[in-house]
Amino acid sequence: MTTSDSPVTEEELHAYVDGELPADRQEAVAAWLAAHPEHAALVAGWRAQADRIRARYGAVAGEPVPERLKLDRLLRQDRSSGRRWLGYAAAASVAAFLIGGGAGWAARGVTAAAPSNFDAITADALEAYKLYVVEVRHPVEVPGSERTHMTQWLSKRLDSELRIPDLQSIGLKLVGGRLLPGPTGAAAFYMYEGPSGERFTIYCAKAATPETALRFKEGQRFAAFYWVDDKVAYAVSGPADRDRLEQVAKTVYEQVDKSGARKS
Amino acid sequence: MATFGQNVEATIPALRRYARALTRDSDIADDLVQDTLVRALRSEHLFHGGEIRSWLYTILTNLNRNRLRSLSRRPMISSLEDNDAPDLAGPEGGGRDIERALATLVEDQRNALLLVVLEGLSYREVAEVQGVPIGTVMSRLARARAQIKIFLDGGRPALRRVK
Repeated sequence: MTTSDSPVTEEELHAYVDGELPADRQEAVAAWLAAHPEHAALVAGWRAQADRIRARYGAVAGEPVPERLKLDRLLRQDRSSGRRWLGYAAAASVAAFLIGGGAGWAARGVTAAAPSNFDAITADALEAYKLYVVEVRHPVEVPGSERTHMTQWLSKRLDSELRIPDLQSIGLKLVGGRLLPGPTGAAAFYMYEGPSGERFTIYCAKAATPETALRFKEGQRFAAFYWVDDKVAYAVSGPADRDRLEQVAKTVYEQVDKSGARKS
Repeated sequence: MATFGQNVEATIPALRRYARALTRDSDIADDLVQDTLVRALRSEHLFHGGEIRSWLYTILTNLNRNRLRSLSRRPMISSLEDNDAPDLAGPEGGGRDIERALATLVEDQRNALLLVVLEGLSYREVAEVQGVPIGTVMSRLARARAQIKIFLDGGRPALRRVK
């Protein structure tokens, strides 16, 4: 077979570049290209693109794998979250927000099976945590001493019967709360402080999803548990100490769990 | 279990590479990989043989699609550089121009191109990952390459990023 009687299609040229042609055809195309410089230039261009892509990103695969991507660690985390108090099967997705090193929280990634506005809510919750937790003089709009007023005010603004959890039993005092703009309208934000000044926040906003499993995400400095219950999304954020945060989140969950409260 | 875990583990460096090229941000990329791994570990029972590698690429590709969708609902985070012209520094621009060229691609085309040229998947494997016939993979590749050529040649991209 001579090269002249074997017309070469553009598809074949791509397959040639990608090593997808059978050996005999590979040779035929090579010969054909030798006689067709314009196409040869095109092919060379595609190869150059591939080289540049590999030059740009190839080295990533040689980097040490970060600790948080180690399988052992992920398995451990997954097992412990399997003991979750909400008890239902985990959604196949994890978190909606990430932590960029020193930059703190940033609303970026989102994942599979994520209820429509849930991710936006958790991202906003973390932004709020980051913003207000460092605030010394004006961390809240309404002080914790006006709990009744705050409950009424925020319930009205969210058009939802809110409960402001009492976390005294686990050593957290209510600093106060504020109203924030959220992705679905108003959001309520409460701040608590522990004996050594560590702060935890609860962010509540109406969610489109009736309920979700509990999720956990941690970064270098902050972590959060978040879930949706009875159409209200909650994000409990605090320092990256999982056990302590889990205790706080669990206490919050038990107090806001309306269906549970009705049963008891 | 050991075999499954070992196979997953062996793929992590490649997943990180693919995710980095998809997201152009190392933190977002590693989050994507982490979510992929968590999901894979939880769905091990759903994995019925075949190539673990392709399966992981499939999960990561789908997670990234969801990520992009919800970013488009939340426009605050789009990168300004996406709107820039190619680097004047050209090929010496530290790879920024190829990054930007990739950013101008339609998502499915970018995925197909990266899976083939960066990850070394066969057309058949990419077809599996993308859930389309091989012919579709090939036309995505062809369009991706044509688009990158236009971008690198300094022309205005024929297609802006479609959201």
